[in-house]
Amino acid sequence: MTRVVVVGGGVIGLAVGWRCAQQGWQTAVVDPHPGRGASWAAAGMLAPVSEATFGEDRLLALNLESARMYPDFVAELERTTGMEVGYRRCGTLMVARTFDDVAALERLHRFQLDLGLEATWLESREVKHLEPALHPSVRAGVLVPGDHQVDNRRLVEALAVACRKEGVEGIEGEVAEVEPGRGVRLADGRQVPADWVVVAAGWRSADLPGLGFRPPVRPVKGQLLHLRDDPRFPLTERTVRGFVEGRSFYLVSRGDGRYVLGATVEEKGEDLSPTAGAVYELLRDCIEVLPGAEELQLAEVVVGLRPGTPDNGPILGQVGPGLVLATGHYRNGILLAPITAEAVRCVIAGVPVPSEVEGFGPERFEEVG
Amino acid sequence: MEIVVNGRPQSWTGRVTVLEVVRSLLDDRFDGVAVAVNDEIVPRDEWADFELSHLDRVEVVTAVQGGDDEPLVIAGEKIGSRLIMGTGGVPSLEVLAKVLTASGADLVTVALRRVEPGARGSILDVVEAAGCRVLPNTAGCYTSRDAVLTARLAREALGTDWIKLEVIADERTLLPDPVELLDAAERLVGEGFVVLPYTNDDPVLARRLEEAGCAAVMPLGAPIGSGMGIRNPYNIRMIVEQASVPVILDAGIGTASDAAIAMELGCDGVLLASAVTRAEHPELMAAAMAKAVEAGRLAYLAGRIPRRLYAKASSPTEGVPEFG
Repeated sequence: MTRVVVVGGGVIGLAVGWRCAQQGWQTAVVDPHPGRGASWAAAGMLAPVSEATFGEDRLLALNLESARMYPDFVAELERTTGMEVGYRRCGTLMVARTFDDVAALERLHRFQLDLGLEATWLESREVKHLEPALHPSVRAGVLVPGDHQVDNRRLVEALAVACRKEGVEGIEGEVAEVEPGRGVRLADGRQVPADWVVVAAGWRSADLPGLGFRPPVRPVKGQLLHLRDDPRFPLTERTVRGFVEGRSFYLVSRGDGRYVLGATVEEKGEDLSPTAGAVYELLRDCIEVLPGAEELQLAEVVVGLRPGTPDNGPILGQVGPGLVLATGHYRNGILLAPITAEAVRCVIAGVPVPSEVEGFGPERFEEVG
Repeated sequence: MEIVVNGRPQSWTGRVTVLEVVRSLLDDRFDGVAVAVNDEIVPRDEWADFELSHLDRVEVVTAVQGGDDEPLVIAGEKIGSRLIMGTGGVPSLEVLAKVLTASGADLVTVALRRVEPGARGSILDVVEAAGCRVLPNTAGCYTSRDAVLTARLAREALGTDWIKLEVIADERTLLPDPVELLDAAERLVGEGFVVLPYTNDDPVLARRLEEAGCAAVMPLGAPIGSGMGIRNPYNIRMIVEQASVPVILDAGIGTASDAAIAMELGCDGVLLASAVTRAEHPELMAAAMAKAVEAGRLAYLAGRIPRRLYAKASSPTEGVPEFG
């Protein structure tokens, strides 16, 4: 029987573990703190269209395909586990505050239309009709009906349950060495034998001993805030992405009185400390656009480290015998979990990966191999 | 045998090839050289075999790659390019690497408050891998105190005395605070830093910064990231004419012509980031900026013609035959 060990128990590692176990493969997932890395810190936006940027067309195609897979992925997961993961088809409303912000949003909207994406320009009044809590000074917006969300923490917990149900061995431990084709050795000396090692350790994939190379993954710090209010009077329905004086923020409404406000993007290495400036700037920009946010409770300041790669795309594919990389998902780990798990399954089964995954292989970086 | 080289008759005895004629003019420095014989371009690999005939007209053209120009020198240090790149707004590290290569920049400025110098695989590594030198800056500082502290941290972390000094007045305009800026400049010069201050386009402040011992002055063309170009070219000219240290136009560049204008005004270099990093195709824009800075510099050295209200024919009208 095929044996697989997955290094990393975040959303990617758990989704991979689940899919592998479903194949009847003997599967283990190793992580010292499963589900408590970037997956826990994320906001859970499934927003390929409103996050589309110049020069990243291939990544957009990958994101769109994974977003398309999401409803089935979630339905199967919820059926298996009996848990609810907060997949909400809420849509995303991008809004602009000043003339300069409107110009920037117009440029993005033209780009979205050029790519054939679904996104509708709205004047000030239409925007406020959709989200009455928006400040009257908001000048314009773009409605992206296909950009949804999932509650990332519930998703990770459900994936862990699904893994257990499918017989995945969860090992809370540190990997001391990867031995491609043979398995991994743990810090406590234990050997986990396997034919395939899947590296899904986020930014820590860079320093995993035994790979023989250094995957070009770096930690990119993100800070975000969890906010709360009375679920009977929700501040917003949709995800609001605000453009304020050249800066931007997003506020994800979970629909039950919980909100996620994010996020900073900081090149600060492994620093996990929350900062006053980040809290201030996020709240200031959000309150300028949604003055009612002043009344929300501040529940939590969350700091996470995204696994960033040189071109912002994931590193997804086989490197030599018995070794697969599924890391470097940067801002898109939650979104890309379904297609990543499917791709890894295909690699190990020896069948072609989804076409959108091609071009995201490790061989595109000279550091690998 | 008589041939005409660049409009001047020359006599050669025996057989002569294009290669020999080019050598007689330029030794072996053939980079950027093109040759035409009787208005037909001769490719370089045919020079050695191309024999010239009596009365052939040979044009040897050199694309001046700043070749006649002095390099930019700041604080006694030669800088490899008059285009200095910022890193703010880069969409990815891969784009940064491409942009740096395409720009030909030697000096690259990085905000020390936004980038942890010890982090591996990050912006600083990309800058170094591109063969560029890191110029730390104090972006994000609002007081002289913060700027001085940041400069000291930069010196400690990166082992350089060079600092691009930014002291910002407010987040909305990102304009320099002149009082805090001058204070920080004086203190940092006193601590032995090579100070390159980002300043308003104010000739008086520029002079004060130079008197304080700054190694260059870097006036803005327009607010950071605004892409509005050079809003007060007359002030930039005054700054250039007064300064005895290099003048680097810093901030406001929107597109290539803005960079060319800065250089035509006599600036010694241009520093820009957003115009490239936030362009739809950053690598293309970086290449455009490199050419614009070079073109503007050459035009400045060449000396432009005066503006006139009425036409002045480019060929003389005297001695033209009259008909009818």
